[in-house]
Amino acid sequence: MNQNRIIDHPVLGHLENKTPVTFTFDGKTYEGYEGDTVASALLANGIRQLRVHEESGSTRGIYCNIGHCFECRMTIDQTPGVRACLTELTPEMVVESGKVQPTPFSQPEDMPQTYADFTEKHTDNKEGDPNA
Amino acid sequence: MRDIVIIGAGPAGLSAAIACREWDLDTLVIDEFPKPGGRLVGQLHQEPDGEWWNGIKETQKLVDKAEAFNTEIKCGVSVHHIEKVDNGFAVHTNQGVIDTENLLVASGAAESPAPLPGWTLPGVMSIGAAQVMTNVHRVRVGNKGIVAGVNVLSAAIARELQLAGVELHSMALPAVNTVTKDAGNPKKVMDGLVRIAHLAPSAFLRFGSKFAKAAWIRNLAVNFYPKGGVKMWGMPIHIRKAIVSINGTTQVESVTVCKVTADGEPVAGSEETIEVDFVCIAGGLYPLAELAAVIDCPFQYVEELGGHVPVHNQQMETPVEGLYVAGNITGIESSKVAGAQGTLAGLSIAKKNEKSNAELDIKIAEAMKQVKTIRETASIQFHPGINAGRKKVEKAYQAYEQANA
Ligand SMILES: Cc1cc2nc3c(=O)[nH]c(=O)nc-3n(C[C@H](O)[C@H](O)[C@H](O)COP(=O)(O)OP(=O)(O)OC[C@H]3O[C@@H](n4cnc5c(N)ncnc54)[C@H](O)[C@@H]3O)c2cc1C
Ligand code: FES
Repeated sequence: MNQNRIIDHPVLGHLENKTPVTFTFDGKTYEGYEGDTVASALLANGIRQLRVHEESGSTRGIYCNIGHCFECRMTIDQTPGVRACLTELTPEMVVESGKVQPTPFSQPEDMPQTYADFTEKHTDNKEGDPNA
Repeated sequence: MRDIVIIGAGPAGLSAAIACREWDLDTLVIDEFPKPGGRLVGQLHQEPDGEWWNGIKETQKLVDKAEAFNTEIKCGVSVHHIEKVDNGFAVHTNQGVIDTENLLVASGAAESPAPLPGWTLPGVMSIGAAQVMTNVHRVRVGNKGIVAGVNVLSAAIARELQLAGVELHSMALPAVNTVTKDAGNPKKVMDGLVRIAHLAPSAFLRFGSKFAKAAWIRNLAVNFYPKGGVKMWGMPIHIRKAIVSINGTTQVESVTVCKVTADGEPVAGSEETIEVDFVCIAGGLYPLAELAAVIDCPFQYVEELGGHVPVHNQQMETPVEGLYVAGNITGIESSKVAGAQGTLAGLSIAKKNEKSNAELDIKIAEAMKQVKTIRETASIQFHPGINAGRKKVEKAYQAYEQANA
């Protein structure tokens, strides 16, 4: 575990006193470090494939690693569509890869056109829900 | 209602927060990344005087200072919408709506994509992704990789990967297509290389920096570019080779590279396959500015600044009452400039509350000078025409004010 860590670094120094954090990914237990994101903990364990494309099933991993591209969306503690690169790893976190979904998700004409449209369509979706 | 909400805890946002707190404003900084520091955290380069610019340490200094002024910084908060309301703004986040009288958007920059066939495979990532994995998370992104895109940022980060012991085969251009355009054009790339030459202990590149001010010399350099590439820190940089595809079934296994003419046209039959298990794509940076757009801030396209930027004046005010911008959202520059702009923005926000205060006026004048001084002496410069770009925005602001007076 943690086989892909950069332990020694000529300028940044030795990686020391890291607190281990255990979590599961698709049912299997892994170990990351405190301060990891879900994406970095998985990559440290050699896991690059975070999901498959919802429609085509082709494999996907991180792209930008800083929250811009949404390529790293996973189901984290039962919430789908969460960016793994922005989510700090916590003990016993349950991480699941993204799977193929029935398509089409929704027709373009059903999609909200403005923010007001969007909030109206999701009125039971309280603010505070990361999926809102 | 807050006095000021700052979106982005990068060098610009943190510096602004410190200035706002010094003037006792009720300040909240929010950022969607789990740690403060923005893109500064991952940075690691050697300054011309040999000193290391260590982003982790620089971030800590800013955070310590902000904490000394009891600044509230909340990480893990994503802003997805902003509304103009009476006397201010309603900032919609994944943790509810925050009301504020003033708003500073310091959301930084994003990387331009350079799409290539196969670029969705796991193991392909932006060069910045590799920077954060390597320096912040201390995770090896692969065993052997190649960089697609030769520019200031990719050269600096390639060096960082090398320092961490992550092997790179070489750097080459992304093949020309409708999106990659200039990033795949050897002549355009050479213009950029001239700017990073001072980072490189290579006689060829130093020759570039000193003499290649003239376009004809750069053309010569492109035409007679060494076949083995120019080595920077022992790693070949190819500007006459392009990556045409990334290959693999479920993840990266290899790339196909071909020779290109001085104009970036592929040379038929020159394809070779290079085994790698990761690819870093470097398409350059652009200002991440959508949040300013949703509250109707006018924009101006300025190539020297990296793309569309919110119109603003030298005090970092936008034409939208109470809306300020600072850092890379206003144009791509190094983190030191972003920090100086942040300080200036913070003081401008304080000024709005203080009205006439001679001490503050002096500080603002000093902060404006400081932005310019730091810009002049920056060791990393993303565009040579930065001053001209800044003038264009200033003009756009004046034109906007006149039109709406
Ligand atoms: C990938 C990458 C690598 C870079 N590497 C270097 C380098 O090596 N050297 C160098 O000199 N410059 C580098 N830069 C340029 C860099 O932008 C500046 O050096 C500097 O960090 C800019 O500071 P800033 O405060 O404007 O923005 P940033 O440092 O980018 O900070 C902006 C912050 O805003 C947050 N944010 C953005 N949108 C939202 C939102 N909707 N909700 C909540 N938070 C949000 C982000 O999470 C981020 O933390 C890099 C830029 C990028 C994108
Ligand atoms: S990898 Fe781009 S959002 Fe996570």
